Amino acid sequence: MSARHWIALVVAQWRDQPLRLLVTLLALAAGVALASAVYFVNAGALGEFDRATRRLVGESELVLRGPPRTGFPESLFATLARLPEVEVASPVLELEVALAARDGTPGEGRVAPLRIVGLDPFRAGTLQPQLFAEIADGFLRLFEADGIFLSESAAGRLGVAKGDRFEILVGTEARSLRVLGLLSSDAYPQPLGLMDIASAQWLLGQVGRLNRIDLRLARGVDPVRFRTALAPRLPPGVQAIEPQVERERAVSATRAYRVNLNMLALVSLLTGAFLVFATQSLSVLRRRRSLALLRALGVTRGQLRNLLFGEGLALGATGSLLGVLLGHLLAAAVLERLRGDLGGGQLSISDTALAPQPLAALAFFLIGTVVAGAGAWLPAREAADRAPAAALKAGDAEVALAPLQAAWPGVALLCGGALLALLPPLGGMPVAGYASVALLLFGGVLLVPRLAGALLARLPRSGFVSLDTGLAQLRGGVGQFTVSLAAIIVSFSLMVAMAIMVHSFRDSFERWLGDILPADVQLRAAQGSDTASIDAAEQAAIRSLPGIERAEFRRLLPIYLDPERAAVTLIARDLPAAPSAEALPLLRRAGAAAAGSPAATLPPLWMSEAMGDLYGWAPGQLVTLPIGNTARRFRIAGTYRDYGRSSGSVIVTRDDYLRSGGDALATEGSLWLRGGGTSAAAAIAAVRGALPRPEALELLETTQVRELSLRIFDRAFLLTYALEAVAVVIGLLGVAFAASSTALARRAEFGMLRHIGLLRRQVLAMIGAEGLLTSLIGVGFGLVLGGVLSLVLVYVINRQSFSWSVELAVPWLQLAVMSAALLVAAAATAVVSGRAAMGPAALRAVREDW
Amino acid sequence: MNPVRGLPGLRAVWLCGLALLSATGTAAATEPPPAAARAGHAPYADVLPGSDLEFPRDHGSHDAFRTEWWYVTGWLRTAGGEELGFQVTFFRTRPDIDTRNPSAFTPRQLIIGHAALSDPARGRLWKAQQIDRAGFGLAEAATGDTRLRLGRWRLERRGQRYDTTVQAEEFGFTLQLDRSQPPMLNGDRGFSQKGPAPLSASHYYSVPQLRVRGQIERGGRREAVTGEAWLDHEWSSAYLDAQASGWDWIGINLEGGGALMAFRIRDAAGQTRWAAGSLRQPDGRQRSFGPRDIEFRPGRRWRSPRTGVEYPVEFRVRAGELELALQPLMDDQESDTRGSTGAIYWEGAVRAFDAQAGGRRTLMGRGYLELTGYGTPLILP
Repeated sequence: MSARHWIALVVAQWRDQPLRLLVTLLALAAGVALASAVYFVNAGALGEFDRATRRLVGESELVLRGPPRTGFPESLFATLARLPEVEVASPVLELEVALAARDGTPGEGRVAPLRIVGLDPFRAGTLQPQLFAEIADGFLRLFEADGIFLSESAAGRLGVAKGDRFEILVGTEARSLRVLGLLSSDAYPQPLGLMDIASAQWLLGQVGRLNRIDLRLARGVDPVRFRTALAPRLPPGVQAIEPQVERERAVSATRAYRVNLNMLALVSLLTGAFLVFATQSLSVLRRRRSLALLRALGVTRGQLRNLLFGEGLALGATGSLLGVLLGHLLAAAVLERLRGDLGGGQLSISDTALAPQPLAALAFFLIGTVVAGAGAWLPAREAADRAPAAALKAGDAEVALAPLQAAWPGVALLCGGALLALLPPLGGMPVAGYASVALLLFGGVLLVPRLAGALLARLPRSGFVSLDTGLAQLRGGVGQFTVSLAAIIVSFSLMVAMAIMVHSFRDSFERWLGDILPADVQLRAAQGSDTASIDAAEQAAIRSLPGIERAEFRRLLPIYLDPERAAVTLIARDLPAAPSAEALPLLRRAGAAAAGSPAATLPPLWMSEAMGDLYGWAPGQLVTLPIGNTARRFRIAGTYRDYGRSSGSVIVTRDDYLRSGGDALATEGSLWLRGGGTSAAAAIAAVRGALPRPEALELLETTQVRELSLRIFDRAFLLTYALEAVAVVIGLLGVAFAASSTALARRAEFGMLRHIGLLRRQVLAMIGAEGLLTSLIGVGFGLVLGGVLSLVLVYVINRQSFSWSVELAVPWLQLAVMSAALLVAAAATAVVSGRAAMGPAALRAVREDW
Repeated sequence: MNPVRGLPGLRAVWLCGLALLSATGTAAATEPPPAAARAGHAPYADVLPGSDLEFPRDHGSHDAFRTEWWYVTGWLRTAGGEELGFQVTFFRTRPDIDTRNPSAFTPRQLIIGHAALSDPARGRLWKAQQIDRAGFGLAEAATGDTRLRLGRWRLERRGQRYDTTVQAEEFGFTLQLDRSQPPMLNGDRGFSQKGPAPLSASHYYSVPQLRVRGQIERGGRREAVTGEAWLDHEWSSAYLDAQASGWDWIGINLEGGGALMAFRIRDAAGQTRWAAGSLRQPDGRQRSFGPRDIEFRPGRRWRSPRTGVEYPVEFRVRAGELELALQPLMDDQESDTRGSTGAIYWEGAVRAFDAQAGGRRTLMGRGYLELTGYGTPLILP
């Protein structure tokens, strides 16, 4: 058989069924598109992020970092600069600086903080070769105390040009800066401002402090050995980190998020593969006699197998090509809209351009094609192995699907999936969890024929002709019908699992918000900035307002505990040593320390769940924290939940924090209002009236904060919702396709039924009943399987990816609506395709059979 | 600590500093708000005639003035008879900043170092520069006596001698310079006029006839050297006026112990706008020359293959009755910073012959010639 003949055969078969072709192509394309889009977006954002960080760290071999907000004394710089091993020491003060609202309106409309890097250009210039070319124009003016160079992206964000002024917030005080010039986005792609180190120290209220020192070592000095020797001589909380470790750390902050999306995308690709399997299986069954005829005409077994397998591959290749193109378009749109951080908020790059990635695109194309080929392999082999004489007879279809009836592969896969769910994460990633999802999914689907058969056998007769005929049909053709079910079950169960997971997370998140925001009014100094704060006098002024019953203030500051990990947030809160469950809801509480033991005298510390996962901390343990460059011992008194910070947080009482040498500044607060008519709005107005610079504070009613947080949550899960929508579409496409293909395959049967006297209406009712029953079983299986998968998602994958626990909550209404939609769609498509299949061709089909 | 090492961008910085040094008068004349009127900005001290120099105090830094330099130039001989030129310079410049800033990093003074070895055998000019703000004991120009420090570079006076160390990536030297004569005060007892305007002046003394011994290092190879050198120490707040576009300068250790310093300031047309000089006999008698006594007549020109700038690398210089013909140790002693600030200059070792001796080449002395402002005009900060 020549290639021309082969193509003619394939094209003829597809021309016959253009809708089915389109559906299968779209399903495959959707899976490939999603998977590749997630990859393209991440690779684009990460590549850009990496380039930006590289530019900033330059050629340094070691970076010393202290707690970003409090830093370390600058004397460390002089000490290091004198070491013979050190060639260049470049002092840096790097802070996220809050911007004063331009029009003075508080709260809403505030611009995100600006990262200001204060450096010594003479020293930094030796490590960042691009620096001098960028600031050569206006170099000497850099020493003016209010001068700053802005990267083009920062200037764009602030809406300022060279020579303009803008205001930043330090404490609650606004300070004015003048733009000396712009740094090209080639040299500094990220939004940032460069200042002289002396001006930065003065203007940002950090005289005498640094929080970073970049080092280049003398020739022949080994960075690792030097780092190890240096570590014990550094003040507590200061870490020497190799730049590549630091970059990896920044990148790994988003890894959990990325891997989750990638895995979900790959799962949708697998759904596509199931669809191919279903398509090919049914198409082979439908054509079994024409294929047998081909064999009888001299086509060899191998040729036939290759023909059928080639069909699948061609389908896969077309769909994958479409998918990769779609994925690229999707990624470009996402980068444009979400600025490349996939809604995770961890990476922020201004101008992330989507670079073409031919290798990755090829990989996704191949994955899609291979997956489609795999789906076509089994049916192709089956059809080729059949003896032509047997296949030419009617009723042979069921025999072809007999292997699918065995129960053991499904059971084995389910058991394997269950076991995998118990395994710990691999390299911080829930790899076993995803494998578990895949095994459970396959196992569940493989068990469908057996279980469906058993179920159908037990259904009683109803007495309605159409319904009973339909049931009998299904009983007789369990194999065919389960193949069409497989795609529905796969997509629907994934849809269910994701719906349950997201709902559970949202539900837990909402309850957590209620727990951490018990007061009436919340206030904070510009969020995410290192410089905005509320000083002790302002705190006292707020406390003494008549409408305020109680005020709690908090100091949040990032600290480094491990050079390989992201900063942990230290929260100093106005709390008693033994807070009530209402003030600080705990998941676990440590037992009391033995009276008289040294541990009993240590101040308490509460940790978020992530601290256990990342640092191995446990309640009752004694730990050391760097506070104000001294090491302090604490006893872990309990564990709390923190959905806000996946890299971990700890709470200490503010009294202990102050006793340990911490400052009296606060960055956040909660206000409880006196009963008896003080409205939140009135209290907010009163607070504003009591402060010298109220616009520096964000004041919001607690209900507003909750709404805002949930909105942010929903935005973060935008892509997950998108995946869910795609799963729904694939599911519905599966239903439509399965209905139409079975209906077409059964033209002869419909003709026979009409021959023996069934009315057209009755046959249609029968087809509808069959469709309904099919999808009912599909929905039932999907719900059960999806429920099981959601357990793995909630308790294994989510827990291991984000280091926080979520309580299961089932979105019953949502599931009901989804199920109903699927049922209606299935019944409707069955009737529509049945009607199409019952034209005059049906009668001819009966004749063909004789 | 060696904060600056051979990076192209750093030359820009150094030349920004140099441009600042050379352009102080212009800068002061064109800045709209008077510096003193701005909050926290301290005015620069003026160079006034009649203020006598006093040692060792005036060996040290004069922080109130805008710019200051200690400029050591000289000739070295290796054991193998190889002749080299060397120069090491420490600049101090005080940026016009808000001095109320309490930060220890506040750049109250910037220290700039420049060092070079002219190596005719290799046809190569080894050069390096550094810049740092004074502070933390890492960079310093001490008051009271000559004590300069810039990372691992040093220039220090200890009694009758100076010690200097330079460590760059490819070369370095550690030299001991012994004083054989007292300082030569230039101009009127150290008050050196630089132009027709009264404030365009500097405090300026030279220490000629320094006996040199020490070691140089080229490409990792160390060698003992001996030689003789010249030290210039000059400080000012308004060096050049707006019409000046560059200068030619020489400092020559004459055979037999005499010393000649001469300079001329050129205008945009290349004409002499101002000139002055000092000639000291071996017995200590000194003559100061005014604009009419000094003449610089350019001779052979050399065009730099890198920058295209043409320098008169040979000169006839007349100071009173003395007339010298200058011959460079090698032609290419140019420092090129094009592509950053555009400032290009020539600074090199020269031999001085008797110009009146007709065809006979009688060596009168050795020293350094400095040519600035021959390229595109300096871009001023």
